[in-house]
Amino acid sequence: MIKEIYKVEREDFINAGKVSSKIKTILKELQVPGALLRKIAVACYEAEINMVIHSYGGIITLHISEDGLVHLLFEDTGPGIKDLNAALTPGFSTASDKAREMGFGAGMGLPNIRRVSEFFDVKSSSEGTTLDLRWQL
Amino acid sequence: MSARELLKKIGARTLYTFNEELLDKEYQFVFAADLMSDALAMINANTDSTILLTGLANAQSLRTAEMLDISMIIYVRGKQLSETDLELAKEMEFNLFSTNLTMFECSGVLYQMGMKAAGND
Ligand SMILES: Nc1ncnc2c1ncn2[C@@H]1O[C@H](COP(=O)(O)OP(=O)(O)OP(=O)(O)O)[C@@H](O)[C@H]1O
Ligand SMILES: [Mg+2]
Repeated sequence: MIKEIYKVEREDFINAGKVSSKIKTILKELQVPGALLRKIAVACYEAEINMVIHSYGGIITLHISEDGLVHLLFEDTGPGIKDLNAALTPGFSTASDKAREMGFGAGMGLPNIRRVSEFFDVKSSSEGTTLDLRWQL
Repeated sequence: MSARELLKKIGARTLYTFNEELLDKEYQFVFAADLMSDALAMINANTDSTILLTGLANAQSLRTAEMLDISMIIYVRGKQLSETDLELAKEMEFNLFSTNLTMFECSGVLYQMGMKAAGND
């Protein structure tokens, strides 16, 4: 069993992606096959970037159970996603100029995450957004 | 198409070579994008023979390639990485190149050479 908790700071453009890189390394050491590894890494990275560019910051929890369930939980402290349906529509984005300079803002992140996740759940209010993603190894 | 041949055709210069051997490796696919989520949507089985072509010379282009298991990036319009980003690239073990061609020109040359579009499967 593995449990790791990582902090993600708002607008920390320098470190954005570091947590996903660490998580990818852990999964690689567990010999997760390439195709599945890329799916998890991509979903994790998109979600981490969203926390950096859209939220006030939060935490990412990685949980891998004995029976091989990989569970990634992204919890931030706001401002929340106003219209979830819109946010899940390819092309919808409220990304700032700074985020666009970094190469984000296509409005493809959440649709990508949903596509590559075996289980996908997102909850959001003005208190924050929780994204729950799972894969079975 | 070996990396070496293809780099010659586009007049690329080396920003960093982690693995010389990969220069003789055959690459088949190219994905051209400045928006990283467009590249991230391109997850397929062939990422190890895929080149990322981009005008986005920053840490996020490196992270994107890292997540996708892409080992080679070509930056267009003569883009250079900052010292800090180059250090990060070394840790990630990439081969990185830069060409003065625009995205359109470079894509055209690579397409003519028989490179295929990368897409998800
Ligand atoms: N953690 C979050 N907190 C607040 N809003 C969010 C969060 N994640 C996503 N959003 C909202 O949902 C929209 C869509 O997110 P999505 O990841 O699909 O696109 P994007 O981040 O704007 O661009 P891309 O991911 O393609 O670079 C965002 O523009 C933003 O308005
Ligand atoms: Mg996003």
